[in-house]
Amino acid sequence: MNTDLTWLIGGPQGSGVESGANIFSKVCAGIGYQVFGKREFYSNIKGEHSYFAVRISDKKIHSNVNDVHLMVAFDGETIFRHADEVVEGGAIIYDSDLEETKIDEVHTLDIYFKSRLEKYLESKNKEFSIKGILETAKERGVTLLPVSFREILSKLAEDTNNPKLKGMIRMFNVIGVSLSLGILGLDSKPLLDSIESIFSKKPKVAEINKQVANYAYNYATAKFDKINFSPNSVSKEPNTILVQGHQGTAIGKMVCGCRFQPYYPITPASDESVYLESNEILNVKEDRPGSTVVVQTEDEISAIGMMIGGALTGTRSSTCTSGPGFSLMAEALGWAGINEVPVVITNYQRSGPSTGLPTRHGQDDLLFAINAGHGEFPRIVYASGAIEESFYDTGKCFNFADIFQVPVIHLLDKFIASSVITCKRFDPEKVTIDRGKLLDKIKQKPYKRFEQTSDGISPRSKLGLEDGIFWNTGDESDEYGHISEDPYMRIQMMDKRLSRFDLILNQIPKEDQVVSFGMADHCIISWGSTKGPILDAIDMLKKENINVGFIQIKLLHPFPTEYVKSLLKDVKTIIDVEANHTGQLGILFKQNLGRDVDYFILKYTGRSMTSTEIYDSLKKILGNKAKKREILTHGA
Amino acid sequence: MALKLSDYKTEVHNDWCPGCGDFGIVNAIQMALAEMNIPRHKAAIFSGIGCSGKTSHFIHTFGIHTLHGRVLTFAQGAAISNPEMTIVAAGGDGDGLGIGAGHFVAAGRRNINMTYIIFNNGVYGLTKGQASPTLRLGEKTKSLPSPNTNYNVNPIGLAVASGFTFVARGYSYDVRHLKDLIIAAIKHKGLSFLDVLQPCPTYNDINTRDWYAGTDITDESAKETHSRIYKLEDTGYDPIVHYEEESEINEKLSQALIKSLEWGTKIPTGIFYKNEIITPYAERLMDKIPNYLENPPAKQKISSNGKPITDVSKILDSLQV
Repeated sequence: MNTDLTWLIGGPQGSGVESGANIFSKVCAGIGYQVFGKREFYSNIKGEHSYFAVRISDKKIHSNVNDVHLMVAFDGETIFRHADEVVEGGAIIYDSDLEETKIDEVHTLDIYFKSRLEKYLESKNKEFSIKGILETAKERGVTLLPVSFREILSKLAEDTNNPKLKGMIRMFNVIGVSLSLGILGLDSKPLLDSIESIFSKKPKVAEINKQVANYAYNYATAKFDKINFSPNSVSKEPNTILVQGHQGTAIGKMVCGCRFQPYYPITPASDESVYLESNEILNVKEDRPGSTVVVQTEDEISAIGMMIGGALTGTRSSTCTSGPGFSLMAEALGWAGINEVPVVITNYQRSGPSTGLPTRHGQDDLLFAINAGHGEFPRIVYASGAIEESFYDTGKCFNFADIFQVPVIHLLDKFIASSVITCKRFDPEKVTIDRGKLLDKIKQKPYKRFEQTSDGISPRSKLGLEDGIFWNTGDESDEYGHISEDPYMRIQMMDKRLSRFDLILNQIPKEDQVVSFGMADHCIISWGSTKGPILDAIDMLKKENINVGFIQIKLLHPFPTEYVKSLLKDVKTIIDVEANHTGQLGILFKQNLGRDVDYFILKYTGRSMTSTEIYDSLKKILGNKAKKREILTHGA
Repeated sequence: MALKLSDYKTEVHNDWCPGCGDFGIVNAIQMALAEMNIPRHKAAIFSGIGCSGKTSHFIHTFGIHTLHGRVLTFAQGAAISNPEMTIVAAGGDGDGLGIGAGHFVAAGRRNINMTYIIFNNGVYGLTKGQASPTLRLGEKTKSLPSPNTNYNVNPIGLAVASGFTFVARGYSYDVRHLKDLIIAAIKHKGLSFLDVLQPCPTYNDINTRDWYAGTDITDESAKETHSRIYKLEDTGYDPIVHYEEESEINEKLSQALIKSLEWGTKIPTGIFYKNEIITPYAERLMDKIPNYLENPPAKQKISSNGKPITDVSKILDSLQV
């Protein structure tokens, strides 16, 4: 029996796809399944196609796969776009009222997809309709489970003497989830409990939802056979949380003492700031309540300026943004660099250039993060590979900023931002807070903010500190921070700032720079959220007794050249996996190690990688059948 | 111990042109700080880019010389994080009303307790005299190849429309009056804006010190000068919004706007508008974070012996499955 299953729900944006998926994820996680869900959506408020693919398993999982085992669709577009992802033995629950829908009647289908779909149906000799596409699925061995969603509502309306229910099409998502759970043979109690907790503030809404859920659940169990899936084979691990991408860094920021976050709204970054603001008052052990002041600014230029202003007062300050916003921050980033101001910019990358694919995934900004801003100044670019990791890394980024007195760019991405996973409850005890040379009292007078020291890092005063007065300027300056154009002073100050790269590489623990997941003749190099699908792909290969190595590079600037070199010394084939077009890590490799990458596995469709497609590419590479650049395409 | 005026001066060499109006502004800021006896570490001068950007280096308080057009953003961030600081932002008219105009408007809406001084001379001095946003349409200062093709921004009017709650104008050659205005601006509970007319002796050959003094409109036979500059307070003008009523607020706003349009032979200085009924940003924050002022971001304890003390267990409980 199958113990690893992907469930997909789709529908128009605004129709409750996300809340449906949240209920499903919560129920499955509550039973004890490991959950990995990801959301895909258009840059649109209402009407365009969005979907949520939730993978559940009895084992630890880190990614999505290509296969869908159970799909629930209450609109035509979902069927048209995803029916071919459902595998043999899988099932499609769909609204039977849609059967006659023709391709041309679904106005949100874009012409490019439509023409591919029509060609496909033509080749299969099917009519251009839902019926046609469903027939192709059936021929592949997919079970079709037609349900009239409207009829369910009318029957329930009759039974409960509540005629209003009849037209409540916004209940379609709950119907879909409940039918799914019935077909999977999972208990209904967690479903009802989770609806109750989601609508805890609206008891009436909760009641109606529960009625609908119950009815649909019983309908499914009475009418349909269970699909090939083994339910209840898991036991719940203690201390498991179900967490969304933006929550990892947000909670990390609360714990490590970030108390000021100015930001400008941008997808997919703003969720983090909104979550911080929703939890702005903080419980503090043995002290009065603290708070995170979150300010929505007029633009990203203001966000970074305010953040720097906050940091100058000694406050741990941060902002979060995505590519277009980060582009606007470039000038002020240099100001933070020359003035040695510790700040953390959380950058959730999306597909560029320009507005690009505004709601889609990408890892296009690695080289930009390293080079943004004119002139030469020290910074740290650090990337996390998963939600759980991002919680702990957030604290590290703030420590790096304080210890080395540099701006830190913490790279995350849309894949992480809109994923939901189960993981071990975050442990704040594992977080340390190191403010570096931040002063509480001035001992040595006169105070010089940029005093030359043996390690190049000067004791740091803050606005308001007695006897700690300093000056800052974007101009080159002397030790006090006053403008100086003296050529010798220039050399001293440039050397002071840029000598920091060595210090950073020497002081950041090696295991925080690069994580090695085993070595083999073939070794993957990668950074960021590709980690999850890579780990799962490597696991798939292990089952075939094939070993592929993997190093995840977290510290991307300054580049840990010597350490990476030593790790890879016996590796014969290097495979670079990245969600961009040019293989930016490969470029860094060439630049720093003088070594060419042998293969690239790249994806730039704006959709995250699945473990299946990485596995397939690795097999090709291992079988010497791959091209130098393997380009991945999966996902609607 | 009371601080002397000289305590607020630095030894940094001042490289402004001889006769520059900026000197008067720096002196007035130093005099205001001394008169208010603000401890030097409790004040911070933020500045933009341009001649006026150097202001922060000449004053012995914290001095943060920021980026072109962005001074308000840095200053507001510091003011929110540590509301105990006296924060003065200073910058040119091009800095604040050209490249930084968006921040000017947004700052007005926030009404954070701090002071913003614009050094208004009609030209971009440090880049050799291009037209600034306050230069009038059709005027040709000496280094312009042709007359200015843009209409001018009205700083006072823009401030009033944007929500600044203290709006005033000073003249850099009336240092005492300017000092009094700066003190009033710092004491004001909310965001204060000071438009300071400041002749640029090198590049603005229209609005010169003599022009402001009215030498061109002096009646020779009467042997007296008619300065263009006059003080609103001498005319019985009342800038204060006294009570929270729409008619009162509208009257004071429109009166300020009408006064801001006066130019030419009569140029008003003094306080145009003052409204302490509109809540400062800190109070708005306290509606959601009651202890914000007693425990602002910069004062918060975040760790004990290198370990975090923020307790997020309730949040984690809510995520637990």
